[in-house]
Amino acid sequence: MTDHLLEATGLTKTYALPGGGRHTAAEDITFTVPPGGALGIVGESGSGKTTVARMLVGLVRPDKGEIRVEGGLRPSRPSRGKAARLARARQIQMVFQDPYISLDPRLTAEQCVATALRLHGKAESAAALLDRVGLGTREARARPRELSGGQRQRLAIARSLAVDPKILVLDEAVAALDVSIQAQILRLLEEIRRDTAVALVFVSHDLAVVQHVTDEVLVMRRGKAVEHGPTQRVLTAPEDPYTRLLLASVPTEGWNPSDAVRARAALPG
Amino acid sequence: MTLLSRTARRLAGLLATLFAASFVIFAAVYAAPGDPAVFLAGGRDKLTPERLASVRAQYHLDEPLVVQYGRWLWDCVHLDLGRSFKYSDQVADLVAARFPTTLQLVAYATLLFVVLGVGAGVLAAVKRSTWVDSLVVGGTTLAASVPSFVAAIALVSLFGVQLGWFPVTGSGEGFGGTLRHLTLPALSLALGALAIISRVTRQAMADAAASDHVEAARASGVPERDIIRRHVLRNALGPIVTMCGLVMAGMLAGTVVVETAFGISGIGSLLVGAINTHDFPVAQAVLLLMVTGYIAVTTLVDLVHPLLDPRVKGATT
Repeated sequence: MTDHLLEATGLTKTYALPGGGRHTAAEDITFTVPPGGALGIVGESGSGKTTVARMLVGLVRPDKGEIRVEGGLRPSRPSRGKAARLARARQIQMVFQDPYISLDPRLTAEQCVATALRLHGKAESAAALLDRVGLGTREARARPRELSGGQRQRLAIARSLAVDPKILVLDEAVAALDVSIQAQILRLLEEIRRDTAVALVFVSHDLAVVQHVTDEVLVMRRGKAVEHGPTQRVLTAPEDPYTRLLLASVPTEGWNPSDAVRARAALPG
Repeated sequence: MTLLSRTARRLAGLLATLFAASFVIFAAVYAAPGDPAVFLAGGRDKLTPERLASVRAQYHLDEPLVVQYGRWLWDCVHLDLGRSFKYSDQVADLVAARFPTTLQLVAYATLLFVVLGVGAGVLAAVKRSTWVDSLVVGGTTLAASVPSFVAAIALVSLFGVQLGWFPVTGSGEGFGGTLRHLTLPALSLALGALAIISRVTRQAMADAAASDHVEAARASGVPERDIIRRHVLRNALGPIVTMCGLVMAGMLAGTVVVETAFGISGIGSLLVGAINTHDFPVAQAVLLLMVTGYIAVTTLVDLVHPLLDPRVKGATT
């Protein structure tokens, strides 16, 4: 068991619906990530993948299930003690979907990164860290509104790396970017993974993106895990009809939308 | 656009507003019922048409509105606000004698509503959806629904008469005396503002706290106290400062009731007296001063705003 960096067991989260009853956002989700590994969580909007990501980071408290990092139970909320709080932060960091609201509008790139570095007593300079994610001195002095979407996402990645986390959770981190910028960010993540051995949990609706960055993939539908396996195998020989639908929905050369419509009609429930 | 040209443009707008307001004020006082010449001539008893005509000519009341307005504006620009019909003193002297008291009262009330209102709002935002939140919202709503003259009487009866902590009338001597005398009036002025300030603070903080960057800061191990102070409150300051400025500006023109209730001779009571006795020059000067104060405070808030909120700077430069 100790060879797993991250172990999520039986994660379940339900929300109360306005008219009584409960909506199950995630049900009995179990997976593991090895040190330096990369797991993709895919599914359409509302499949519960973001809920799982937020449970990992601690923004949403699971109703049931547990999250272990290096064998130890991860506290569900930040502790009051400084050492425990910083240790928890070093376990998992998150990069959010929308880089327009995930950065403090008041702080320059340098201040944003320097705050996290100082908090965790890191010797690395903010400029060096920004340089690692491809932001120069001009960008270092800029506030988020003066940066492009891609630059903002680089800054968000730099901020999470400042903590030097073991696991980086990326929630649709490239979904708001255009395709060429997406490729740059994915390459950056690939480099970071190689250089720092940080493990990635990559949440996305985009199978093409997941294919590039992950070793394993978990397919979610309506809060349940429908398929789980090595990325290559799942994408080339999907076992679940829902995974086949997701694959059929990716527009490629000679893509026929009616295939996707037929695949959806064939889905149970 | 540079800060200089922005300030210059703001200043031009300010003067234009002031000009328009001065005409409205002059015309409104002119159109008010009652003839000042009757008062100036010493009442209706021994009034003859000849006497009335001579008074009108003496005070230029027989000229058309626009001519009178032009004369008054010309004098105003030359810092001559005219003489009071009633006291025969220079209006400027009358106003100068009364204005500091009102200013002190408003400053004191502002201090109270900013500290208590923003404090209560922050508390409600941090303890959102708990009994503390409900208490703040309920308590400030209750305070706001009590008219200031009722609050004044209640405060006088409790702290002034029953407990005897504070004097109930007059404006006091020296710093300590002024502070003691103005506490109850300032408190009754501030009570009504607490609800709106605490509500705005609470909502602005809730909006700022909903941003992902706050969650990111929390996830990176920043202590909760620093998150509230540096990321939430700091980003919520824009609307809070704007609202505090507007409420303070409004108070400059709203001290009449409290001044009357506590027997303070500020410009509020001066204005009421001037209107009742058809003392045109005094009423016009006080109203003009109130409007100027309002414009000055709101302009100041507008100028400070970009320093607080980098997004606003982006919109105006």
